[in-house]
Parts: sequence; structure tokens; C-alpha cells
Amino acid sequence: MYYIDPHIHMVSRTTDDYETLAKMGCVAISEPAFWAGFDRCTVDGFRDYFHQLTEVEPNRAAAYGIRHFTWLCINAKEAENVSLSREVLAMIPEFLDCPNVLGIGEIGLNKNTPNEATIFQEHMELAVKYDQQVLIHTPHLEDKYQGTRMILDMLADHSSMDRSRILVDHVEEHTVEPVLDAGYWAGITLYPVSKCTPARAVDIIERVGTEGASRLCVNSAGDWGPSKPTAVPDLILEMRRRGHAESLIRQIVFENPRTFFQQSKHFDLLDPATRNDG
Amino acid sequence: MHESAKPMNAKEILDREFLQIRSHILDIAAALDRQDRADGDTRFDSRRQLLEEGLAILRSDSSDRAAKVQLLFSREYDPAWREA
Ligand SMILES: [Zn+2]
Repeated sequence: MYYIDPHIHMVSRTTDDYETLAKMGCVAISEPAFWAGFDRCTVDGFRDYFHQLTEVEPNRAAAYGIRHFTWLCINAKEAENVSLSREVLAMIPEFLDCPNVLGIGEIGLNKNTPNEATIFQEHMELAVKYDQQVLIHTPHLEDKYQGTRMILDMLADHSSMDRSRILVDHVEEHTVEPVLDAGYWAGITLYPVSKCTPARAVDIIERVGTEGASRLCVNSAGDWGPSKPTAVPDLILEMRRRGHAESLIRQIVFENPRTFFQQSKHFDLLDPATRNDG
Repeated sequence: MHESAKPMNAKEILDREFLQIRSHILDIAAALDRQDRADGDTRFDSRRQLLEEGLAILRSDSSDRAAKVQLLFSREYDPAWREA
């Protein structure tokens, strides 16, 4: 089955991973800007990173027939440094016209601090000003519930932005409902230890109902940590083993991310199943 | 055309997952034994108490156990957080 991984950090992965993803049916990915495992010291460090996201990775992906899209921001962890964050925020518009940029992300909270909230709001203002979609990271483990609720509070301040253009990622059993009920898209991340297993992700899909499942995506969030870039195929297998319709599986792993991304002017993706139709 | 969807029934799910759940219960039992066997005492550590509360949720009559366990291990959300 063809699928899209809507959240994966390929700068941390090998070219062999691109090949494996392609063999598994991955036809497109989106790569949000995130923490590199260390704090960067200068705005030029971010400028080089954005160059990697907008030029280097799309070429690496293209060699395996995978379309590469990206999101730009300074992530919540480094947002604790407010002055550096503001320099990065001022530089982001230089890259917004690059052909693979879908919007601002993954912004969010990490330890739910006042500085993180300040920079989150400044990113939202930037997104509104430049008419960008937004992809949001929610914190892990014991910080997730509180952080997700704080993020929903802050998003409510930006009523001029269409909620269907915002995806709140890394939802789990206790956060999926408030996100979907408020009208946003939700992402489930399949990640060892700190996030969700394929079986629990399928449980969530089963519980949110048809309307909820029409605004739900799943991703691997594969990065430099212990993670599995082929986690989306694991979910496909789990849904099949439970007897779910192929049409529902395809909706979750292909049509939903495509529908969400299509709201960005830079996104275009032919359904690979129609490639032979001339 | 694909075959029509036929979700597993409860018995089929139990058939498939019984050994897996048995193994998870054993993991927890052995992990608690390991703490109790080691020097020192974790019975009054707040995290150990959280684990015991989590186990109680598993034994409760609810169809929402996973969400309840998640909330048990979550920091509290204060709707007035902006004023803090
Ligand atoms: Zn991420």
C-alpha cells in the first residue's frame, strides 16, 4: 500500500532508510524542523539547517522516488533561548517560498515554560501573517496533558486561522479528544517507550469514530533517537490483522495526510496508483 | 474491490493477545519482585505508589482504562496557567 509519513526527521536517517521506506510503499514524507540532539548557538546554524531541509533532503528523497516536504521553526526546546528564537523567527520568511515548504512547525511546548509559550505565540503570529499551515509538537510523558491543554488555550487566541490548517501531533489516549473536538487535525506518533504503539494507535482510530478518523494521521517521527522509520507499515499490518477495510487503512495513511497538506500552496502529489493512466 | 471489513470479535482478540498480556503481567510482577528483593525500600516512593494506583486502574470496571492510566501519570493542568 502506498503511504505518506507526515512526520519524520530524515536529516538524522541514512540513505538506506530512504531506500527501505520506498520499498515499503512510502511515496511522500514531511519533515518538521526540530531539535538536533544539541542546542544550536547561532542563527546561521539554523540557516544551514533550513538549507538542508529545503534543498539537500528533497534531492536525497527524490533518488528513491519519495517526495520530501518540510516545515520550519525553532523547536520548543531551543525556544527557551528567547533572543536566539527571535533571530530565527526573523530569518524564516527567507525560506517560505521554497517549493517544498508546507508551513511552520513543529512548534509547541517541551517543559511547558513561559518562554516556550512566548515563542509559540510568536510563531503563530508569523504563520498568520504569512498565511502558513502549522504543525504542532506536544510534550512527552507527564508533560503531555498539561502542555496539550496549554497549546489549545493559546491556539484559541488565533481565531483568524482556519483550524483545519493546524495539526496537533503526538496525541495519545488522553489528548486526542480535546484536539479533535476543537476542530484541529491530530497526529499519532508511533515511537518506542515515550509515545504510542501500533496496537494503541489502532485502538485510538477505532474509538474516535468516522468523523474523528477523517482528521487523524499517523507518523513514525523517526529521528536520531531510538525510533523506527518504518512504523507506519507496522500500523498498516496491525489494522489488517484486526480486519479493518483497506479503504480505511488507505484513508489513514495516505488520503488524510494528503488532504491536510493540500491546503498548502506548495503541496502537489499525484496518487501513485494513477501514474499509468497517461 | 477488496474484501469487506470484518473486525475481530472479543474472543478472537483474546485468542490473539492472551500470551502477550500474560507476558506483560509477568514483566510487572518480576519488576516489583526485583525492587522488593534489592537493598532499600521503594514502598514509600511516590512513583511506586503511582504504579500501584495504575495497577488498580487495570482492575477497575471501565472501558477507558488507557486514558485513565495516562491521566494518572500526567501533571495537572490549571486553566488559569497564564495568570500564574
Ligand atoms: Zn518531530
